[in-house]
Amino acid sequence: MSDTHAETVAFVRDTMLPQQEPPASTVGFLGWSKTNLFTGPFNTIVTVLCSVFIVWLLWMLIPWLLSPTWNATSLGECREFLVAAGRVGEHGASGACWGVIRERWIQLLFGFYPADLYWRPILAFVLLFVALAPVLFSDKVPGRLLMFTMIYPFLFPWLLWGGTIWSPICAALGFVILFAGVKYLSGVIGQLASIIVSVLAAAAWWLFVSGAVQDALASILPLAIQSVPSRDFGGMMLSITIGVVAIACSLPLGIVLALGRRSDLLIVKSLCVGFIEFIRGVPLITLLFVASTLLNIFMPPGTSFDIILRVIIMATLFASAYMAEVIRGGLAALPKGQYEGADSLGLDYWQSQRLIIMPQALKISIPGIVSTFIGLFKDTTLVSVIGLLDPLGLTNSIRADQAWNGIVWELYGFIAVLFFIFCFGMSRYSMYLENRLKTDHR
Amino acid sequence: MTTISDPPAESFKLSMLIYDTRYRSMTIQVVALIGFMLLVGFLVNNTAQNLATSGKTVSFGFLANPAGYDINQTLIDYNNQHSHFRASFVGLLNTLLVAVLGCITATVIGVIIGVLRLSPNWLIAKLTAVYVEMFRNVPVLLWIVFSMAILIETLPAPRDFRGEDPAATMNLFDSVAVTNRGVYVPEALFSRSLGDVHLFGNSPIRFDISLDLVLILAVLIASIFGIRAVRTRADAQQEKTGVRPKTWYLTLGILVVPLLVVLVALGFHLGYPELKGFNFSGGTYLRNSLIALWLALSLYTAAFIAENVRAGILAISKGQTEAAAALGLRSNRIMSLVILPQAMRVIIPPLISQYLNLTKNSSLAIAVGYMDLTGTLMGITLNQTGKELETLLLGMLVYLIISLSISTLMNWYNNRVKLVER
Amino acid sequence: MKKTVFLGALTVAGLAAGAAAAATLDDVKARGKLNCGVATGVPGFAAPDANGEWAGFDVSVCRAVAAAIFGDPKAVEFVPTTGKTRFTALASGEIDMLARNTTWTFSRDVDLKFEFVGVNYYDGQGFIAPKALGVSSAKELDGATVCIQTGTTTELNLADFFRINNISYEPVPIETNAEAQQQYLAGACDTYTTDASGLAASRSTFETPSDHVILPEIISKEPLGPLVRHGDSEWADIVRWSFNAMVAAEEYGVTSANVEEMASAAGDNPEVNRLLGTEGNLGEMLGLDAGWAKNIIASVGNYGEVFDSTIGESTPIGLARGLNAQWTNGGLLYAPPFR
Repeated sequence: MSDTHAETVAFVRDTMLPQQEPPASTVGFLGWSKTNLFTGPFNTIVTVLCSVFIVWLLWMLIPWLLSPTWNATSLGECREFLVAAGRVGEHGASGACWGVIRERWIQLLFGFYPADLYWRPILAFVLLFVALAPVLFSDKVPGRLLMFTMIYPFLFPWLLWGGTIWSPICAALGFVILFAGVKYLSGVIGQLASIIVSVLAAAAWWLFVSGAVQDALASILPLAIQSVPSRDFGGMMLSITIGVVAIACSLPLGIVLALGRRSDLLIVKSLCVGFIEFIRGVPLITLLFVASTLLNIFMPPGTSFDIILRVIIMATLFASAYMAEVIRGGLAALPKGQYEGADSLGLDYWQSQRLIIMPQALKISIPGIVSTFIGLFKDTTLVSVIGLLDPLGLTNSIRADQAWNGIVWELYGFIAVLFFIFCFGMSRYSMYLENRLKTDHR
Repeated sequence: MTTISDPPAESFKLSMLIYDTRYRSMTIQVVALIGFMLLVGFLVNNTAQNLATSGKTVSFGFLANPAGYDINQTLIDYNNQHSHFRASFVGLLNTLLVAVLGCITATVIGVIIGVLRLSPNWLIAKLTAVYVEMFRNVPVLLWIVFSMAILIETLPAPRDFRGEDPAATMNLFDSVAVTNRGVYVPEALFSRSLGDVHLFGNSPIRFDISLDLVLILAVLIASIFGIRAVRTRADAQQEKTGVRPKTWYLTLGILVVPLLVVLVALGFHLGYPELKGFNFSGGTYLRNSLIALWLALSLYTAAFIAENVRAGILAISKGQTEAAAALGLRSNRIMSLVILPQAMRVIIPPLISQYLNLTKNSSLAIAVGYMDLTGTLMGITLNQTGKELETLLLGMLVYLIISLSISTLMNWYNNRVKLVER
Repeated sequence: MKKTVFLGALTVAGLAAGAAAAATLDDVKARGKLNCGVATGVPGFAAPDANGEWAGFDVSVCRAVAAAIFGDPKAVEFVPTTGKTRFTALASGEIDMLARNTTWTFSRDVDLKFEFVGVNYYDGQGFIAPKALGVSSAKELDGATVCIQTGTTTELNLADFFRINNISYEPVPIETNAEAQQQYLAGACDTYTTDASGLAASRSTFETPSDHVILPEIISKEPLGPLVRHGDSEWADIVRWSFNAMVAAEEYGVTSANVEEMASAAGDNPEVNRLLGTEGNLGEMLGLDAGWAKNIIASVGNYGEVFDSTIGESTPIGLARGLNAQWTNGGLLYAPPFR
C-alpha cells in the first residue's frame, strides 16, 4: 500500500506559495466603492441619485460663488462687473456681489469698536482659550495655569470695556475678602458664622467701599486704558461677548439652582423648580423683550443701564436655568456610592459637595455645558430683533446703505459660515471630550 | 426600665436654629422664603413707583378695544374691527398651528435622517451627516430668514402665470399653484353642507367647527373601530385553526365604503385655485410665511431629533440586531420591529425637549411676518397700545402654559411607554 | 464672577441717573455725549457706514442738538431702536431724544407722554407698484397682496383705507424695509406701502427704477419729528429750537458756507443777528452759549443743506422738497420768530 501510494504522488509542494494580491475588485477605490456604495440594486440607485443631487447643487452654486466682484463698491458696480464679465442670465446679471463683504467684514466682526483697539477683543478671546485650557484639556496643560483661569474673569471685562485697572482689581479684592474670611475666621467663630460674616463683609466692600477705594487708587496711580461704551459693541464680537459672559455668570447660578432643585428643603426646592421651569417654558425672545422694555421698570426709579448689560442679565438668567438642568444631570449620573462615601468620611454637606461631588459632576457635565453654550451663542442672533447690531442686525443697517440696498445672500451666507465655524468647532470638541470621558465599555 | 431615664429636657436656645440639624433646614427655608418675598416686594414696589411716575396704570381693558390691524393667516373669523383679545387669540392659534405641523414633520424627517445616518451606504451616511451638522451649527433665525428668501426668490410670482405663454404653470393637472406668495391647493367643498356649529357664542374666543368635518371624522373613527374588530376576529380564528383568514378586502371595504357614502351624501367636490385679478382665488392658501417658518423649524429641529434617534439606536446592543437577523427578519423589519421600539425609551425624553424648543422657536415667526402670538399680542398690539407690561406678561404666561402642557403630556406618554416596555 | 463688575457698574449707573433724572441738559453735559435714538437702518434717514459713522436726515437732527450743546456734532452716542423698543428707550431715559421717523399722533403725545418738538419731515403713506401691473390708482388694488412694514402706524392706515373704500387686500407684515423691498421686487407682493419718502428711497436702489410707479394716493398724514419725554420742558426747548434754528437759517439764507462770516459781526437783519448770537441773549435763555445756532449751521448745515445732502434730488434717493419746502416757497416749514 505504502509503496503504491508513494509512487502515485507525483508532486509534493514543500514551500509556501507566495501570498497573492487580493482581487482587484475588493481593494482600492473599486473595492471600497463596491462595499460602501454599490452593495445592491437599491443602494446603487440611492448612490446615483445622491451623486446627481450633489453635482446639481455644485453646478448651481459654484458659478455663483466664483464671481469677479470683490472690488466693487456698490451693488450697481457689482452688476456692471458681472455684465462686463459676460455673466448675464435671463434674470439679469447673475453672481455673488462680494464687494459688500470686502467693505463690511470688519464691521460684521467687531461692530463699531474703535478700529485702533481691535487688539483688545482679539487678545481677550485668545486669552480666553488660555484660561480655558486647564479646564478643557486638563491632561495636556500644566495645572499651574489654573491661577490664570482664576484671574481671567476680571481681566476679560477690563480688556473689552476698558477703563481703570483698579476696578477689576477692587472687584477681585472682594473675593479675596470672602475667601480669606471663610478660611481664617472659621477657626475662630465657627464655619457657618464665618461664611455669613465674610459674605456680609464682601458685600459691604463691593457696595460701599470699593468705589471710593477705586477712585482714590485711580487718582494716585492712573493706570487706565481707553474705555469703550458697550453700545460700540457689535457684530460677531457682541454675540461672543454675550455668550461668554452669560455662560460664565450662569455657571455658579446654575450650580446653586441644581443643588436647590435636588435638595430636600421644600421651599428652596420649589423656588428653584419654579424659576427653572419658568425660564425654560418661555421663548428667549420674550425674555429679550423684557430686557428691552420692562427691566428698567422693575429696577428702582432712576436706575438706567444700557441695553447690552440688560440683555446680558437676561441671557444669564436664561442660560442658568439650562445650566442647572445640565448640572443636575451630571449630579444624577454620579453613582450613589460617591455620596455615601463622602458621608462615611464624615464630611458635611458643603464639604462633600466641594471635595467629592462637584468636581466629578462638573467634569461629566462639560459636554452638556459646551452644548448649552453653543445653543446660547446661536440664540444671541435674536438680539437683532430688539435692535442690537449683532451680525444679523448689522445686515439691516448695511442694506440701509444706498450702495448695498438689495443684497441678500452674500451677507446671510457670510454670517452663516462664521457661525458654522464657531459652533462646529465647539461641537467637535464636545464630542472629543465625551469620548474621552466615556470610560465604560459597551 | 428605671435605668433608662428620659434625656434631660433641653431648653431651646436661639443658636440651635443654626447649629442643630433638626432646626437648621427650617431656618434656611424660612430665610430663603423671606429673601424671596423681599425680592418680589422690591420688584413690585419698583414697578409701582415707576408706573406711577410715568403716569401709566396696569389694566387689561385695552384687550377689549378694536385691534385695527389685519391678519392674513387666520384659522378663525377675524377682521380689523375685532378686539385685541381676538387678534391675540388668532395669534395663539397660529402659534399652535405651526408648532403642531412642525413637530410632526420634524419627527418624520428626524427619524428618517437619524436612521439613514447609520446607513451602510457611505455617500448617504455622509450626506445626512452634512445635513445634520449644517443645521445644528447655524442659528435657527438665519435658517428661517434663509428659507423665506429661497421661497421668495426661486418660486414664480403669480404674475408669471398670466398671459398667453406664461413663464410658470400650475402643477398636478392644474390643481396646485406654487407661487412665491404661497401654495394654493384644492379645497374640499360640500354642496349639501350641514353647516357650522358656533362655539362660545359671542366671546372673543368663539370659533366655528364645520359639521361636515366632524361627521367625516366620526365615520373614520367608527371605521377604525370596525377594522380593529375584524382584526381581533381574524386573530381569534388564527389562534384556533392556525390559518389566518384573508381580511384585506373587508378592511378596505370598511374603510372606504362608509366614507364614500358620506362624501357623496354631503355633495363633496374640490374647489380649484384660479388666477383672478392679482392673486389666485379659491382653494386653500398656505402662505409663504407659514411654509417658510414650518420648513425652517422642521429642518432645524429634525437635525437635533436625528441625533437623538441615532444615539437611541446606537444605545441598543448589537446582539439585538443579530438576534433579530437570526430569526430571519429583513433589515427594515429589524429596524421597525426590534430596534426602534426599544430605542424609543432612549429617544423620547430628548424628543420632548426638542418639541418644546420648536414651540418656543416658533416665536421667531416675527422674522418672516407670520402673525403668531409674538407678532400679534407682543408685536402690533404692544406697539399700538404701548402696554408693554401687560402684553409681555400675558404672552409669557401663555407660552408657559403651552410649554407646561406639552411637557406634561409627553411625560405622561413617556411613563406609559415605560410601563408597556417592562 | 463677573457679576460683581456689573453690580458695581449698575450701582454707579443707578446713582448717577438717580441724581440727575430731572434735568436732562445737566445730565447730557455731565456725560459729554448726547444719547440719541435712531432707526436701525433706513436709507437716507439713518444708517451707519463702513466705519460705523452714522449719517442721514434724522441723524442730522441729533448732530444739530449735539452741536448746539457741545459745539461738536460728533458728541452723539447713537442708539439703534426698533419700532418696539423706541418708546421704552425714551421713556426709561436710555436715550435723551428720539429722531427715528416717528409719526406725531395724539395718543403718542398724550397717552404715551412724549413731547414732539416739531416736524422735520412731512410725509404720507403711499404705495409703489410695478408698471407692468397696470395700476394707476390705489383704489384699483382690490384683492392685491400688500407688503407692510410693521410696528408703525402703517398697518392701521392701510386697514382704514381699504375699509373706507370697501375693497379687500392681503396684508404681508414685514419687520424691516430691506426685507419688504426684497419681497416686493420678487413679486411676492403686488404693492409695497410705507411712507412715501421710504418708497422713493427704495425705488432709487432698484435695478431699473423706471419699471415702478409710486401711486398718486397718499392715504395718511405722517408728520415725522423728533421727540423727548414729558416733564422736562427746558430740554424740549433745546431740541425744538435747535431744529427751528436749522429751518430759520435756511429761510434767512444762512448756510454752513457763510455762517462764520455772518456771525463775525452783527449784520442788518436783526433776526439773523439774534439767531447767530451777535445780538440779544437767546443762547443764555436756553442755557447754552451764545454761538449755539452758529455751531449747528457751521457743522451740520441748515435744513435745506441737510435735506439736499441726505435725501434731496441730487442724492440717489431723490426726494423733491414738496411739503417740506419753506413756507415762502409754498411748503409747510415755518420756524417761529427768534426773538
